[in-house]
Amino acid sequence: MKIRKRAIDIGFEIINYMFLTILGAICLYPLINVFAISFSSYPAYVRQPLMIFPREIDITAYVRIFTNPLLLSSYKNTLIVTLVGTAISVLLTVMTAYPLAKSKVKGSRGIMLYIVFTMFFNGGIIPTYMVVKSLNLLDTLWALILPTAMSTYNFIIVRNFLESIPDSIEESAKIDGAGHICILFKLIIPLSKPVLATVSLFYAVANWNRFFETYMYITQRSNWTLTLLLREIVSDNADIMNVTDPTATETVFPKTMQCATIVATTLPILFSYPFLQKYFIKGIMLGAVKG
Amino acid sequence: MSNVIGNKVKNYGLKKEKGFLEHIMLNKSLYVLLIPGLLYYLIFYYSPMYGITMAFKDFDMFSGLFSSEWVGLMHFKKLFHSDTFFTVFRNSILISFYKLFFNFPVPIILAILLNEVRNVHFKKSIQTIVYLPYFLSWVVIAGLVVNFLSPSTGVVNTLLKSMGNEPINFLANKSYFRSIIVMSDLWRAMGWNTVVYLAALSGIDPSLYESAKIDGAGRFQQITKITLPSIKSTIIVLLLLKVGNIMNNGFEQIFMLYNPMVYEVGDVFETYVYRLGLVEARYDFSTAVGLFKSIIAFIMLVIANTLARKFGERGIF
Repeated sequence: MKIRKRAIDIGFEIINYMFLTILGAICLYPLINVFAISFSSYPAYVRQPLMIFPREIDITAYVRIFTNPLLLSSYKNTLIVTLVGTAISVLLTVMTAYPLAKSKVKGSRGIMLYIVFTMFFNGGIIPTYMVVKSLNLLDTLWALILPTAMSTYNFIIVRNFLESIPDSIEESAKIDGAGHICILFKLIIPLSKPVLATVSLFYAVANWNRFFETYMYITQRSNWTLTLLLREIVSDNADIMNVTDPTATETVFPKTMQCATIVATTLPILFSYPFLQKYFIKGIMLGAVKG
Repeated sequence: MSNVIGNKVKNYGLKKEKGFLEHIMLNKSLYVLLIPGLLYYLIFYYSPMYGITMAFKDFDMFSGLFSSEWVGLMHFKKLFHSDTFFTVFRNSILISFYKLFFNFPVPIILAILLNEVRNVHFKKSIQTIVYLPYFLSWVVIAGLVVNFLSPSTGVVNTLLKSMGNEPINFLANKSYFRSIIVMSDLWRAMGWNTVVYLAALSGIDPSLYESAKIDGAGRFQQITKITLPSIKSTIIVLLLLKVGNIMNNGFEQIFMLYNPMVYEVGDVFETYVYRLGLVEARYDFSTAVGLFKSIIAFIMLVIANTLARKFGERGIF
């Protein structure tokens, strides 16, 4: 009996490892494939579209996309939106969460309701568009930063974390005569590093990947971001690079360029991700699980 | 949790004997900190709610929203008589339901399997890999899906052709479209959604497993008798919240993958409102469609959240 059970357990173990390995491969393969295609020559791609390693290494696709003025300006805009947007968002979130954590201000419950209600009901696409239009934000990068500056979900994560900081810390600072602003910036923010790293990552990824708002609010090409450009390239208009670059004479192979653009668009996130991973797991647990 | 908050209140000058004004004067800076956040919600969430009146008006661009004529429920009557509306309604619910039915259990199973892995390095690597797709934009994922399903060079069609079948243009085919939506959603989110379950699993007392082992329980029994019951409330709450969100499909995934050939099975409220409003410029009618969706979504969410609280969890709050 006991031996049989042990055999089942070992069998389970083997199947489990195999299953998880296959699952990892399913998550990773499409990305590796795109990466390999982007570094391969076009004929090599045609012969072997399912490749895992680059064949006949050829970086023409990258040279072409990185000398394209539209890609460069889109890159710049995405960087601006991500950096400025994330800085504003994190500051705004922690500034709003601090007075509401532990009900430091009168009417905290009411204010919380005022904020959380927006998760349940909102004006909808068209009325929001009208507001952005009436603020003259259309076709500016601010339209990609301000309307989405604060995420209620991230706000709740930060507030929950601040609730968990022991009172004694703030109390002793108060006895030393420190004001609220001083306590927030000198004490609370440094203590909240894991949760702030988490929401920074969430905001940064959301800003970097932002598509819907960009598609609605931006029309001028000079204000395009990477997602809009990528959408054009991935959809039918695969020769957009030629259209926007009249000096192009050599043949362009849309597929390798598509892949190169996907890699160029995704790489910054993939690079920052392992460094931030240790923070966000901790942060999300603090936010999501009942304390 | 609420008791704790109650005890803390008195530490911030909220004692009854102190006046309201005195409290504000003492803690001016706290209120100043709040202003930008409150303004943000006022401008970008509450002021659009005024725009909802558009749904009951005959909106005229030139005279503006305020002086446009009231038309009562005209747009809603038109709405309930349109076939497209019911197609969109059905698609929104069906796609959400399929996502819920097929994709909801996966992260639970995955989390339990990951939890059974004893090798820390293996576990960490798999976690890192399966979380990754969640950080990709739908534009990128759509690119990958198009690549994967391409009739000429995609993996699936290459396999089909090697078996002597005709290639299929999956993304333009009504019978495959919803499956593609459900599966791409699974690929993107299954890993990430394990995070909450793994957190819940890490809270289980290891001595439970020890005593179960002594009593002769095998791996499967440990999973069904200890692991699953321990995360039951997490599962229920997340399930309720998913059901509460059944009206929301999100714009980007559908928009990136659909095309006029599959509107009949793939068009959802978000994409429909977008096309009506911003492409066809029928602001008033599309606002009415959006409002209808928001109201149903609101009711669903309130019910789900109330039930979630009944299960002893805090829901969204």
